[in-house]
Amino acid sequence: MRQTRAIELGTGLFVLLGFAALFFLVTQITNREFGLGDAGFRVTASFEQVGGLKPGAPVSMSGVTIGRVERIEYDFSQYKARVTMRIDRRYDRIPEDSDAAIYTAGLLGGQYIGIGPGGSETFLADGDHMEFTQSAIVLENLISKFLFSRAAEQGADGAQETP
Amino acid sequence: MPALLRELGVSMHGAVTALGAYALFAARLLAGTPRALLRPRLVIEQVHNAGALSLVIVMLSGLFVGMVLGLQGFDLLERFGSEESLGTAAALGLLKELGPVITALLFAGRAGTALASELGLMRATDQIAAMEMMAVDPVRRVVLPRFLGGVISMPLLAAVFSMIGLFGAQLVGVQLMGVDQGQFWSQMRATVELGDVMEGVVKSCVFGVACSLVAVYEGFHSAPTAEGVGRATTRTVVISSVLVLLLDYLLTAALL
Repeated sequence: MRQTRAIELGTGLFVLLGFAALFFLVTQITNREFGLGDAGFRVTASFEQVGGLKPGAPVSMSGVTIGRVERIEYDFSQYKARVTMRIDRRYDRIPEDSDAAIYTAGLLGGQYIGIGPGGSETFLADGDHMEFTQSAIVLENLISKFLFSRAAEQGADGAQETP
Repeated sequence: MPALLRELGVSMHGAVTALGAYALFAARLLAGTPRALLRPRLVIEQVHNAGALSLVIVMLSGLFVGMVLGLQGFDLLERFGSEESLGTAAALGLLKELGPVITALLFAGRAGTALASELGLMRATDQIAAMEMMAVDPVRRVVLPRFLGGVISMPLLAAVFSMIGLFGAQLVGVQLMGVDQGQFWSQMRATVELGDVMEGVVKSCVFGVACSLVAVYEGFHSAPTAEGVGRATTRTVVISSVLVLLLDYLLTAALL
């Protein structure tokens, strides 16, 4: 009897430790926010180019995360990408004419939406649409523009040197 | 040439027969599972044998694997100037690959061999035949609790391995190599997703079923001699290890 009690205790401790480890991995390592659930309001914004933005990406103001990207879809009425963001309920004083821009965290980091406050007295509420947006910068476009302008410059120089 | 072909045919025949025997045995275990779970005492005892007794070796291995990961990861990432990503690298490596795979290999070595040799010895000393004589189904009474004990233990062991490994990586990366602790954890949290954790859990569950099945099958079907028990134990480790690595590739391809 005594031995079975010891076995049960050992097994119980083992199972407890195992589940504690699983719980730790799920809650502490991932960026899941439990309890936030559906709390918050949704605003949308249309972008010419969302680049590598993904659902779940942070929405931040001055670097403080205030919400997450919920959905990205293509809007045929405007021929733009329509991004739905869920903003935490605490941040209900964002001016209506604020602008949303897509930035990249670090050189190789993920993309996020940064919101710059506007000057309006009315604030964003559930279902509002943000008018002022700035698209993601696509690195390839930037590089190709740079290269083309260099090539054009060099072409002009070359033409002058060899008559 | 015809002799060679015949050889090939015979060995193919043997392989297909063995596969069929495994499948039938697995079906038999599956059919008995609900009834075995109604009497959990035997299963609890086996969770103790397969899981709780493997805990020390799994934790120790996890710690050292994590520490090596911290060291190697730091060396690699430092060359790209992004040593803050060490947390992400260690967490993804441990959760998705090293945790399930190394735990399964250790599990096959520690618990699988114990199961196989125990069952093989029962077979060799006619205990299994005695049960059949007493109209006790040895599969339900002896094999099934051991199988279920292994299946339950494996994901828990893998989770413990990953967690300890992460602390090992943190120990080396943060305390020894000087990665910023906040960066270590926050980068990890920002990048690792629930799906990554789930991938590891799914893998460890599948490995648990595979390793336990191989161990109980080989033990139960061993030749009733001292040599047979030895061979069953060896086969358990060899088959389990190869199977785990093969399944790992397939699962990774499927889950990625």
